[in-house]
Amino acid sequence: MSHAVIADKRPSALRGARLPKWSSWAIAVGSVAIAVAIGLGAGLDSRIQWGLIAAILFILGTYGIAARVEGRRQAKDRIATSLVWVAFLLAVVPLVSLIWATVQRGVKVLDVYFLTHSMGVVADSEPGGGIYHAILGSLEQVGLATVIAAPIGVLTAIYLVEYGRGNLARSVTFFVDVMTGIPSIVAGLFILSLMLMFDMQPFGFAGSLALAILMMPVVVRSTEEMLKLVPNELREASLALGVPKWRTIMKVVLPTSIGGITTGIMLSVARIAGETAPVLLLVFGNPFINANPFEGAQASLPLYIYQQYANSAGSTAAYDRAWAASLTLIAFVMILNLVARGIARWKAPKTGR
Amino acid sequence: MDISTQNTQAPPPTTQPPVAEQKRAARGATRPGDRIFLGLSRGSGIFLLVIMAAIAVFLAYRASLAISKDEGNFLTAFEWNTNLNPPVFGIAVLAFGTVVSSIVAMAIAVPIAVAIALFLTHYAPRKLSGPIAYVIDLLAAVPSIVYGLWGALILVPNMNGLFGWLNEYLGWTGIFSWEGGAPRSMLTVGILLAIMILPIITNVSREVFRQVPQMHEEAALALGATRWEVIRMAVLPFGRSGVISASMLGLGRALGETMAVATVLSPTFDIQASLLDPGGGTFAQNIASKFGEATEFGRDALIASGLVLFVITLLVNGAARAIIARRKEYSGANA
Repeated sequence: MSHAVIADKRPSALRGARLPKWSSWAIAVGSVAIAVAIGLGAGLDSRIQWGLIAAILFILGTYGIAARVEGRRQAKDRIATSLVWVAFLLAVVPLVSLIWATVQRGVKVLDVYFLTHSMGVVADSEPGGGIYHAILGSLEQVGLATVIAAPIGVLTAIYLVEYGRGNLARSVTFFVDVMTGIPSIVAGLFILSLMLMFDMQPFGFAGSLALAILMMPVVVRSTEEMLKLVPNELREASLALGVPKWRTIMKVVLPTSIGGITTGIMLSVARIAGETAPVLLLVFGNPFINANPFEGAQASLPLYIYQQYANSAGSTAAYDRAWAASLTLIAFVMILNLVARGIARWKAPKTGR
Repeated sequence: MDISTQNTQAPPPTTQPPVAEQKRAARGATRPGDRIFLGLSRGSGIFLLVIMAAIAVFLAYRASLAISKDEGNFLTAFEWNTNLNPPVFGIAVLAFGTVVSSIVAMAIAVPIAVAIALFLTHYAPRKLSGPIAYVIDLLAAVPSIVYGLWGALILVPNMNGLFGWLNEYLGWTGIFSWEGGAPRSMLTVGILLAIMILPIITNVSREVFRQVPQMHEEAALALGATRWEVIRMAVLPFGRSGVISASMLGLGRALGETMAVATVLSPTFDIQASLLDPGGGTFAQNIASKFGEATEFGRDALIASGLVLFVITLLVNGAARAIIARRKEYSGANA
């Protein structure tokens, strides 16, 4: 609709009056200004209130002006448009605030010392110390979880796409879907019940098992999508040459989709790297460096953040460390995300369409 | 298997095998490599089913150990004293808190998420919608513990003004009355959960809105409908079931979220009528915060509450998936 407006600038008798294009911007600026004035005048100290007042003023103002100039139906349309824009801005605000807070407060103590020292001799309420032990624990636990979950996930996806027919495949598909929704703490409790059974103490690998349970369905889902993108002609050509089915899968299907599969695995790694609850139950946390995931409590980055927050009785030093560890964790997750997307673009399957 | 059985006319390998072997090869899955590979991949699929079953069985077993010794009523007791002899514990408070925080989260997140999905599919300039979808994905990638830290240290202090405001104008309802405690209450938790489940609801709704037949929209436009009328008459009715299942997926997330609730809420073991007064608890939060000092019996009791959470999320997610699956069947256009 808007194309027609741009193309034809002459006033037309067939069209009703329309507000100029800059009007919504003007109303937005006006309502923000009034909201700030009201906020300052009434002494409201919460910025959230300012924002809400601005949003309400913007919507009312748009409706009022549009109803007067363009008519009620158009006014309703404009209200919907502005509501949709407001909703979008509302969603962006927390993200910006979160990233801003993490970066601003995280850089305070984030340096080489912080990354290469543990909390071994530092009390939680004192400044100093670092996250080396937590990074080490996180890498080991997530690495082991990936080693377990990635092959099983990829093989399951191959079964579903290349072989799966009938009831077994249908129920696997359904339960993979349901499994993506298992709360992480329930996966932790499951491994915990096994550990109680065998009277075991917390250790890193137990956390890996719970993380693997959370990771598998995600890998299956993404790999399945990628395998479905491989054109059937490739499989048929290979089979027609007499290549066995398993070699067709290994040499034709997987190499074609390997970029997408890698992307899926990396995204799921990014997802489990931030999981705290199962690690809290199974790995328990440890201020000292423990490089052996199969014996003794370990630390992990998300768990470190939680413990710095929860066990420090409001000490600023601990909060600073928690923010710095959050920044490290977010940076790790975001880099994984970016690299994964890069690989997806670089190795996108050539569907030939 | 199916593909190779279709290929019975495939030319025989260069060295002519005997006829019987040739026949078997044509049926597929006779080569050792094929059999091993099929076994491995089918085995992985079965392994996933076994894990699901094992989760249910082991949780139920440990839970039964705890519940059999529970002196209170497991479903209705308002206490969580697993160290007493005999122990008394019940999930009533946790169930209430979980439901309330999720309802608040849904009430905030669903309208906003649907609006953002509409924004991405129907309002945003084409050039913007790609980057915006990416930003929404970033929102999903932030670990929940970071949301928890942000919620506890940034969101909570900023809620004071809003809480005072709600108390002043809506306090008479009882739901929004506030006694002035720290705003570590169900409403704050609900807002934080809403931020966290926004991406999943947005993404699924967006997929559904994308599938609305172009013809329906063009027909409405041709009749002179405004953009909003197109959305109300063509897009929303088509997408309703998709939005419902997306919301249920989000609900599943909100029900099971642990760390964000554990950091923000200041828990008590009773039921608060007001959303603004601190107190209450959720299943996951209770497990995380009680776990540290729990005895082995206490852990079994926590596992029992985890089993309830597992069953609830299973039902919610199963229902959501069933709705999505049914939709796929009748809208054949979107294969």
